[in-house]
Amino acid sequence: MWVYQKKLEYPVRVSGPNPKLAKVIITQYGGPDGELSASLRYLNQRYSMPTDKAKGLLTDIGTEEMAHMEIVATIFYKLTRGVSPEQMQAAGLGGHYAQHNHALFWSDPNGVPWIASYVQATGDPITDLTEDMAAEQKARSTYEHLIQLSDDPCVTDVLRFLREREVVHFQRFGEALNDVQNYLSCKKVF
Amino acid sequence: MDNKQEMPQIPEAVKPEDKVKAENITSSQTQMLLEIQRLEFTAIELNLYLDTHPNDQKALSLYNSVVPQLKKCIEAYEQRFGPLFHFGMSTSQYPWQWINSPWPWDL
Ligand SMILES: [Fe+2]
Repeated sequence: MWVYQKKLEYPVRVSGPNPKLAKVIITQYGGPDGELSASLRYLNQRYSMPTDKAKGLLTDIGTEEMAHMEIVATIFYKLTRGVSPEQMQAAGLGGHYAQHNHALFWSDPNGVPWIASYVQATGDPITDLTEDMAAEQKARSTYEHLIQLSDDPCVTDVLRFLREREVVHFQRFGEALNDVQNYLSCKKVF
Repeated sequence: MDNKQEMPQIPEAVKPEDKVKAENITSSQTQMLLEIQRLEFTAIELNLYLDTHPNDQKALSLYNSVVPQLKKCIEAYEQRFGPLFHFGMSTSQYPWQWINSPWPWDL
């Protein structure tokens, strides 16, 4: 099971309301390479992993990604808090406002809702861990794009932290992949 | 890749937190949370590393040394600001403190 901690993994401060920035950052909440995809992908792939290292790592990174989803949600919430419908509209969030008001929702910046086909579980641990490594790189690229788009240094600081985490996750998944490959090649010999 | 992840060192691990400028930290709640976040980040980083390097004794003893420090900070925080955990992981004063604001997204 999971236990909630009434705090964020990393503090989120924003300089002020900024619906334009919120509009693009939502992609790391519910876009294809966002934190919802990441957490669900890893926590779901655990069951078909053959080694303890891979089971442990997917559990832990999947859990950390849930904390990242909360961080991204907090950024969006703070950037749109108190923003009028007109300002939302002017920032390109008119569609979001029409459907969700100021509520959070999993979509990409174009309003395309999150779908389960963003993630896969083939049951082949080599395939799944390779997907996970690609997913971390896609998330890293997306955070770099968001850093380039950000005009709020406080938000940029949090985006840098999240980008750094993807780099570490990629490294750890690579090590888990090596472990699974060793395990499978040993199995074939004996 | 610009990253060769050897065993995480404490100064490396807390690096992202250094960017948080001290003058912007106003409340003591935020400040106490920051100390918890700093220690917890070290624990998370070492935890992921240990998942794929379970025989690294140095990393393990570093991890084990963070645990009591983190527990101490959490205890001090909870005495002032109420439970950080639910579901039996923290006690509460009367009346039930868990539902009290601020929630993380409002802090
Ligand atoms: Fe990640």
